[in-house]
Amino acid sequence: MLFTDIVFYVLSAILLFSGIRVITTRNPVHAALFLVLAFFTAAGIWLLLEAEFLAIALILVYVGAVMVLFLFVVMMLDINLDKLREGFWEYLPMAGLIGILMVVEMTMVLAEKNLHPSEAVELPANYSNTAALGKVLYTDYLLPFELAAVVLLVAMIAAIVLTLRERKDNKSMNPAEQVKVKRNDRLRIVSMPAEVEEAPAAPTEEKK
Amino acid sequence: MQFFAELFGSYWADVQLVVWTLIKIVAIVLPLMIGVAYLTLAERKVIGFMQVRIGPNRVGYFGLLQPLADGLKLLFKEIILPTASNKALFFIGPVLAIAPAFAAWAVIPFDATLVLANVDAGLLYILAMTSVAVYGVIIAGWASNSKYAFLGALRSAAQIVSYEIAMGFTLVGVLMCANSLNLGNIVMGQEGGFWHWYFLPLFPLFVVYFISAVAETNRAPFDVAEGESEIVAGFHVEYSGMAFAVFFLAEYANMMLVSMLAALMFLGGWLSPVPFLPDSILWLLAKVAFLLFLFLWFRATFPRYRYDQIMRLGWKVFIPITLVWIVVVGAMMQTQWAYLFH
Repeated sequence: MLFTDIVFYVLSAILLFSGIRVITTRNPVHAALFLVLAFFTAAGIWLLLEAEFLAIALILVYVGAVMVLFLFVVMMLDINLDKLREGFWEYLPMAGLIGILMVVEMTMVLAEKNLHPSEAVELPANYSNTAALGKVLYTDYLLPFELAAVVLLVAMIAAIVLTLRERKDNKSMNPAEQVKVKRNDRLRIVSMPAEVEEAPAAPTEEKK
Repeated sequence: MQFFAELFGSYWADVQLVVWTLIKIVAIVLPLMIGVAYLTLAERKVIGFMQVRIGPNRVGYFGLLQPLADGLKLLFKEIILPTASNKALFFIGPVLAIAPAFAAWAVIPFDATLVLANVDAGLLYILAMTSVAVYGVIIAGWASNSKYAFLGALRSAAQIVSYEIAMGFTLVGVLMCANSLNLGNIVMGQEGGFWHWYFLPLFPLFVVYFISAVAETNRAPFDVAEGESEIVAGFHVEYSGMAFAVFFLAEYANMMLVSMLAALMFLGGWLSPVPFLPDSILWLLAKVAFLLFLFLWFRATFPRYRYDQIMRLGWKVFIPITLVWIVVVGAMMQTQWAYLFH
């Protein structure tokens, strides 16, 4: 038990440190990278809880896809940090209040179930979290699951439609047309008599 | 032995486990490094042959010591740190490139019993590790504080994110056939001769997987992240010496990883193609070698893709193909021909 305890505390320390650094570091790219580190260590803690599917899904979805696109945008932005920080002390009381409220709410919801580790079920070594999750998701929770998928799909299509507009100066090419091009569309062979280079004029006139 | 056992007392079993695991890791990484070194030599020899040249032949017989000479040369070169770069991230970049490339090998089975970690969600783990690999390229490109490096990093990020989707869908097809995410079980699902291997029922997915794999590893003809003729050398233009070599190690280790995955998932892994020959790790190595040869062949013969063509191929061709074929496989499994897809 001792070894997993050490791992848990090390991961928690890294998680808390990177979480704090996300909001305190001055460079937005560093903040995004600390967020990546936070996701990664959170996945490690989930692995300790034997929730391997959720842990790997967290890395796959958030670290591998979402944060890459996030970094992509953040790296190209020219953010003026001093302007961003202007109202920090002004908003602090309100933000602190909301933060404390959220912590209280979360504790009220989760404490009952989760603060009694002795109740955790010891699962056999060959227990597959992934298979169990799949079975529950596609039997008991099929309808909510499909509904969530449809909502996501609608959101995705909406996001694409919102940005879709035909520009008049669009220079994009149609690959089908490019493939269909024949030589005669692009190239014209002209028959003409061979040119004979004239002998250079005598340089005598220039000397004068 | 007795001395150590007394020293660690009740933790002796744990210590033994850790040491034994470390030895196993070395037993995988060491051949991998040697494989990477000789893959570079093979690449130069194969491309030389295709371009009617000899290739390296000065160091050792047939140039067999060339990789060692290259390694030594890079080891003794100075690592230049650009003044305007972000120092910490500049060195984290290569580390993040090579770490996932090696970490993914933890769940690769080489034989029915020869595997470091027989994880149930092995396929997901590998997918997660290969998706993390892009950070090395992005961080290196950004930390260099150079236009070319940054452009290379952006190109690579967009390309890897695009092709990962198609790659993920091809894996969905495989796990539908195998009913498992465990790589060992996926191979055992293909038992009984080459006509049982998944590349036949999943042929479109196999083709999409392999082309996506070439794109994921930033190899020609998808190497716009490097694109010598456009952006000098892309994301690693500011790197020199061993830091530069680490990027190359990562690229070749990733090539071997995706070839290994293709061999395990579509070509029956260590299973022999005909039932009367014994299964052996040699079959696996032969299949991987063949797929790696295809990588080199592509590089020698295809011109580099234009950037918009890469994006079109990924989003408008591969993703629809994989989606359609997954539906086909799912529908066929409900009919009397379901046995063809298992």
